[in-house]
Amino acid sequence: MIENIEYLSLLIIPLFILFTVLYGTLKKVRVYDSFVTGAKEGPAIILNIFPYLLTIFVAIKGFQASGAFDYVRNAFYSVFAFLDIPIEALSMAVMKPLSGSASTALFTDIVTTTGTNSMATHMSAIIMGSAETTFYVLAVYLGSVSIRKTRYLVPVCLVADFIGIAIAVFVAKWFFLGA
Amino acid sequence: MNILWLIMICVSIVFAIFTGNLEAFTKSIFDGAKAAVEISLYLLGIVSVWMGITRILEDSGLIYRIAHLFKPIISRLFKNIPGDHPSITAITLNVLANLFGLGNAATPLGIKAMQELDGLNEDKGTITPEMMTFIVINTASIQLIPFSVIGILASYGHRNPAAIVFPILVATAISTMTALLVLAAFRRIFR
Repeated sequence: MIENIEYLSLLIIPLFILFTVLYGTLKKVRVYDSFVTGAKEGPAIILNIFPYLLTIFVAIKGFQASGAFDYVRNAFYSVFAFLDIPIEALSMAVMKPLSGSASTALFTDIVTTTGTNSMATHMSAIIMGSAETTFYVLAVYLGSVSIRKTRYLVPVCLVADFIGIAIAVFVAKWFFLGA
Repeated sequence: MNILWLIMICVSIVFAIFTGNLEAFTKSIFDGAKAAVEISLYLLGIVSVWMGITRILEDSGLIYRIAHLFKPIISRLFKNIPGDHPSITAITLNVLANLFGLGNAATPLGIKAMQELDGLNEDKGTITPEMMTFIVINTASIQLIPFSVIGILASYGHRNPAAIVFPILVATAISTMTALLVLAAFRRIFR
């Protein structure tokens, strides 16, 4: 089942490109010229995104390096301990919205230190799979069209992230307690 | 975003002073800058490729046909998109790429969707409700099979890494729906 879906997902992009190119040719589009014209837009878009990405990355890296990140995590520590939630899952919950690569590294670390069958591993896996690197998505998507006034989007994303983590914790307990 | 950024920077610097992490903090700023350059270069490649592909879709008219096909589904969430607008196609392709875990396609197609949605924006620089819905869906991470998580579990000898698929699916489905509910709630408050 998993293997089939994996194969299917490998197939999608090549087939999609093939179909696009053939359909274009059928409709008398000069596909090579068309592709070049489209690709020309790329650099301008990235030039738009770059300052947003830089601004958010500087804040995130600084936040991690200054020790503030650890403080925020420790502030939640007693709450998590009280609810009998592994502290590793807490690290994951705080890390995932900030950085994709760092959360992957953290997840690998949790798997090696607590074992593949621990609650910490399962809970982190669910957080890892069900949460998104919110700040990166915001920087890239808002940057690509130079949106400055985001209205209530950021609070919505933060509240949704928080609820998402709670759901992940709940689902992990539900599926893996006693496993 | 303004307030959040200000808080992050100020809190970081105050913490850096009190915990003696000043050197690490300064270094991290340049690390952040470096990471932004690296990711931008990576994005430059894949975004250009997808802009090339989607241009063929536009020139051949396929983009309108796909939009027509998915209009009934997409218009439930995005009410103010007129006719068979190209943004419908971009949103559809982005959601499909996300579902199948194709990150290299999802982000560029998402950018394409944002640009198409911005084409409908009458007040440039200010976000539209459609853009908000789109971003919220993307930050909620809808995914059928989390290949990277399974890959890591498998490589460390998990007995049955596929067992994580269903719980993750349940968690993303619920959290995507709650995210949209949260957005709807905020929309009522800040109308």
